[in-house]
Amino acid sequence: MKMVKSTLAVLTTAAVLGVSGFAQAGATLDAVKKKGFVQCGISDGLPGFSYADAKGNYLGIDVDVCRAVAAAVFGDASKVKYSPLTAKERFTALQSGEVDMLSRNTTWTSSRDAAMGLNFTGVTYYDGQGFLVNKKLGVSSAKELDGATVCIQAGTTTELNLADYFRANGLKYTPITYDTSDESAKSLESGRCDVLTSDQSQLYAQRIKLAAPDDYVVLPEVISKEPLGPAVRQGDEEWFDIVRWSLLAQLNAEELGITSANVEEMAKSTKNPDVARLLGAEGDFGKDLKLPKDWAVKIIKQVGNYGEIFDRNVGAGSELKIERGLNALWNKGGLQYAPPVR
Amino acid sequence: MEVHQFRPSLPPPRMSVGVVGWLRSNLFSNWFNTLLTLLAIYLVWLIVPPLLKWAVFEADWVGTTRADCTGEGACWVFIKERFSQFMYGFYPAELRWRVDLTVWLAVIGAAPLFVSAMPRKALYGAAFLVIYPLLAFWLLHGGFLGLTEVETSQWGGLMLTLVIAAVGIAGALPLGIVLALGRRSKMPAIRVICVTFIEFWRGVPLITVLFMSSVMLPLFLPEGLSFDKLLRALIGVILFQSAYIAEVVRGGLQAIPKGQYEAAAAMGLGYWRMMGLVILPQALKLVIPGIVNTFIALFKDTSLVIIIGLFDLLNSIKQATTDPAWLGMATEGYVFAALVFWIFCFGMSRYSMRLERKLDTGHKR
Repeated sequence: MKMVKSTLAVLTTAAVLGVSGFAQAGATLDAVKKKGFVQCGISDGLPGFSYADAKGNYLGIDVDVCRAVAAAVFGDASKVKYSPLTAKERFTALQSGEVDMLSRNTTWTSSRDAAMGLNFTGVTYYDGQGFLVNKKLGVSSAKELDGATVCIQAGTTTELNLADYFRANGLKYTPITYDTSDESAKSLESGRCDVLTSDQSQLYAQRIKLAAPDDYVVLPEVISKEPLGPAVRQGDEEWFDIVRWSLLAQLNAEELGITSANVEEMAKSTKNPDVARLLGAEGDFGKDLKLPKDWAVKIIKQVGNYGEIFDRNVGAGSELKIERGLNALWNKGGLQYAPPVR
Repeated sequence: MEVHQFRPSLPPPRMSVGVVGWLRSNLFSNWFNTLLTLLAIYLVWLIVPPLLKWAVFEADWVGTTRADCTGEGACWVFIKERFSQFMYGFYPAELRWRVDLTVWLAVIGAAPLFVSAMPRKALYGAAFLVIYPLLAFWLLHGGFLGLTEVETSQWGGLMLTLVIAAVGIAGALPLGIVLALGRRSKMPAIRVICVTFIEFWRGVPLITVLFMSSVMLPLFLPEGLSFDKLLRALIGVILFQSAYIAEVVRGGLQAIPKGQYEAAAAMGLGYWRMMGLVILPQALKLVIPGIVNTFIALFKDTSLVIIIGLFDLLNSIKQATTDPAWLGMATEGYVFAALVFWIFCFGMSRYSMRLERKLDTGHKR
């Protein structure tokens, strides 16, 4: 996701990093255990990724990533405290130790990984920039958008991606920039622009805002790579591994057919050695991670496997109804692939 | 003898009295006014009916989910369902009585201050100003004397807006008065410090102050040590607004004739008693409109905390619109926010007018 509205924030944080120290290995886990909860940086509101329901509970994919880590460390997914962060604050909050991990629809890029003093632990959601158009336009591919008026959100890398794509394909377009997603949705609806561009995950949310969502369609083209994932401070490999394997355990669980409903049953009675190793019935692979033996059982029991999380927050079981697409498992035509537990 | 009977005077022409007369003299007195009136009526006709249609006649009032909003108009169900979140933010539901109690204590505690005949009002007022903030902090934050702690990260909604505004006002006013006095001081060191302070804080935008407090400050602190985010924002707001108050108060100080200072000095009053008994009561009275103006601006500026991820009223509403169950309710949310802000600002301005009338003793004609 390209929420960095100002590269200035990136530059200053990167500059100051030279001064502030790096985390020591093991320090984060000890500190987390001592205070009794994981302090997790999330978004200040993004449909399907992190938002609050009417009772004030945080929900979403990003939130579930935090809960999985808490389940692994404490055996209790509720031991998380959330820090809603704006796009500008997020890296500083992680670097200054205000949060233990950042799970805030952040795109994994080389500069962030290398220069910002943080490490991305994996990809929770393969996103990419796409287009939303009215069916009346009769367009089935972005290549047919020559001369279109395009609604964009100001200040994000969306603008740059769009310019690159249209130039590379020799197409002309007129951009109209807006500050908020609500404005751009209204603009598409009123016909001020022909097409709205944003990350695909957000286009589905935008579509719900329209009066007649079924009249609009998301085009198949994806014009940028936006792998979203959690990040931790550089220098604490132990904590890095815990956050990374919390996600990988969920992916492995989906692949092996373990769900929150059957995980306890399978932990007891499985004959499959892969399942037994993941769930701690055979060997003690949690120990290497400095986690309890049943760490994966707790994650899957309380948070669910990756498929369940996806379905509940953004997929068929949610309002957004996003297809699995790139986020399907590797053996089902997607990109989600987890190394084995052994 | 025949007495001459005057004939009763004729009534004024029908066209110059009553509704018709008022209309003629005020709205249709000449061709230009007639044109303006017709134009205004046209504009009202253009704006008001669709607005009423959207907000009232075709709006949805009952239900619990988005599916219940079937009409063309506004979906007030959204506001109804999220109302408590807009008021209290993430404050735990079972502890919200503490917020209510804090508000009631403020209302009840401040009520005697509005009774003109109350004896020892100044003493009571001073005691209230000292005791109430401590009590309010204990009730809202807790963590000691038997109340469970509610971290400031869980504060939100209108409650947070009011906390920021109230603390901002309570902190900025005294500090501003001190700065104004300091700026007019005869001691060079104090004067320079005050001038520098005022000019610095007046010269930077509030959004920068908030941004610095939340993004840059943590980087300069040792790792792991982090101040409360709300506290950082509050300090920023107080320092920023005190500079504005200081300049408003200075305007009042300069309006007091030199004779008042000399007369006070001739009575044998020292600096503090001269200021406290003679100059400030007159000066502050003069600048009530300016001070209230600053307060209203401060109240509205509280919504800037949106950029540092604090969930005040506006940000709570914004966040609620990202719930997939309620996507597309932004208009309703922002209209509601505008209404709440307007009620508070209008209330403040009415109170200031009342205060002005009551205190306007020296210049009444």
